[in-house]
Amino acid sequence: MLKLKNLVAGYGSIVALKSISLEVAQGSIVTLIGANGAGKTTTMRTIMGLIRPSQGEILFEGRDITKFKTHEIASMGISLVPEGRSILARMTVLENLEMGAYQRKDKEIESDMEKVFGRFPILGERKSQLGGTLSGGQQQMLAIGRALMARPKLMLLDEPSMGLAPLVVSEIFKVIKEISAGGTTVLLVEQNVRQAIKIADYAYVMETGKIVLEGNARDVGRDPRVMEAYLGGKQA
Amino acid sequence: MFFQQLVNGLTLGSSYAVIAIGYTLIFGVLNIINMAHGEIFMLGAFIGLLLVTKFQFGIFTALLGAMVGGAILGYLLERTALRPLRQKKVSHLAPLISTIGVAIFLESVALNLFGPQTRAFPSEFSGHLLDFSFFKISMIQVISLGTAVFLMLVLQLLIEKTKVGKSIRATAENVETAGLLGINTNKVIVWTVMLASALGAAAGVLVALSFDAIEPTMGVMMGFKGLAVLILGGLGNIKGAMAGGFILGVAEVFSVAYGASSYRDAVGFGMIIILLFWRPQGLFSKAGEGGRP
Repeated sequence: MLKLKNLVAGYGSIVALKSISLEVAQGSIVTLIGANGAGKTTTMRTIMGLIRPSQGEILFEGRDITKFKTHEIASMGISLVPEGRSILARMTVLENLEMGAYQRKDKEIESDMEKVFGRFPILGERKSQLGGTLSGGQQQMLAIGRALMARPKLMLLDEPSMGLAPLVVSEIFKVIKEISAGGTTVLLVEQNVRQAIKIADYAYVMETGKIVLEGNARDVGRDPRVMEAYLGGKQA
Repeated sequence: MFFQQLVNGLTLGSSYAVIAIGYTLIFGVLNIINMAHGEIFMLGAFIGLLLVTKFQFGIFTALLGAMVGGAILGYLLERTALRPLRQKKVSHLAPLISTIGVAIFLESVALNLFGPQTRAFPSEFSGHLLDFSFFKISMIQVISLGTAVFLMLVLQLLIEKTKVGKSIRATAENVETAGLLGINTNKVIVWTVMLASALGAAAGVLVALSFDAIEPTMGVMMGFKGLAVLILGGLGNIKGAMAGGFILGVAEVFSVAYGASSYRDAVGFGMIIILLFWRPQGLFSKAGEGGRP
């Protein structure tokens, strides 16, 4: 569904992605793991057209979207839940969700909104509150709910568990699995490697702008290098 | 006396408010101050004058025509002076300079077309006076105040309730997030500049009508006063701009009525200096809000 071919990108003279190739198959959960500064967020931002790659191409459903503008990419069915969530703090919860459905014109926006409130009841209770007044976990739920309102074919999640309490983290991972079960393809960037490996089908490991390892999530989780670097030592 | 001055002040202030909203809308989405806004205000007044004198339109048709003209000027301003710079990622001072360039250009065009002399702004309502026992209000004042308040209510409704308004607010809050949600932010920015310029042009007609005077340099002082209101109300704060406009109008009229008439134009700027000591974020913005709507 999504294919990156030899992507090179960066900020000014700094090259953050040194020829990245990866593939996300339809219906799967693919995770991209790695340490801070490995280039995971840059990969996500490049897919969304927020950073222009200097080389390589991005294919979505067979179409070359490398030169598309951000809003065009979003309208094609890719939603990014960005790192740090990017809630519209001065708009209400309800308005945030409405903005998620901005490019839709069908009649099912209302019922989708109800589904989001069904999945995250706390958002329903606080729908007329300003986004900025929510807690971190609630903002993450709102960010995911807002992305769902676009009915994306592919959802990109950038560190959704960052800064959240353990209980909220497992809730978020549960929701990601449900989203995937609902037919949405997921590309998940995580530092919480253990959880990410557990729900993913396929995994890529990034280090300083390169993919150093890839494979079925279970195999990658058993790789001694991954265990040592990200899972706190060797496991039986 | 007191009520009479209050009515005069509110009428004047309503025009200031409409001008300041134009500044604040553009500041909200672009984080820049449009220095050409005063000149769009002035050209709005001239378009209104032409429609009234050459084409014998009524004042409301002329107002609408001026707003359309203002919107077109706003479109041209965005395409020529703002967007090219935005795409080059130059210093944030560059659009300030480019809009000053547009301002000087527009003023020269007006001087060439209309000459430097002050002209009267005739209207079918001149001379009508409504006499309430404790204040009098001219028909012109009623039109000016009423139109300004009407425009503000419509704008408020547009910003709060409609999809376009929400996309303007989302873009003002975070351009990148708005883009990720599928909003064509370049388009939203053009709409916003056109909307702001239409309001500026409408204010031009209202002020020309109230003062019965119109000249190519009228945009300069009015532009500065709009800026004063922008800072008074808090950068990017629409309701703040409305309230700030009324406050400045009333303060000016009272300072003339009760003494310092020669300092009239200095009142607004004096208020800003005092205010900036006391509330640097403006009267109506919370501290640390970063000055956007």
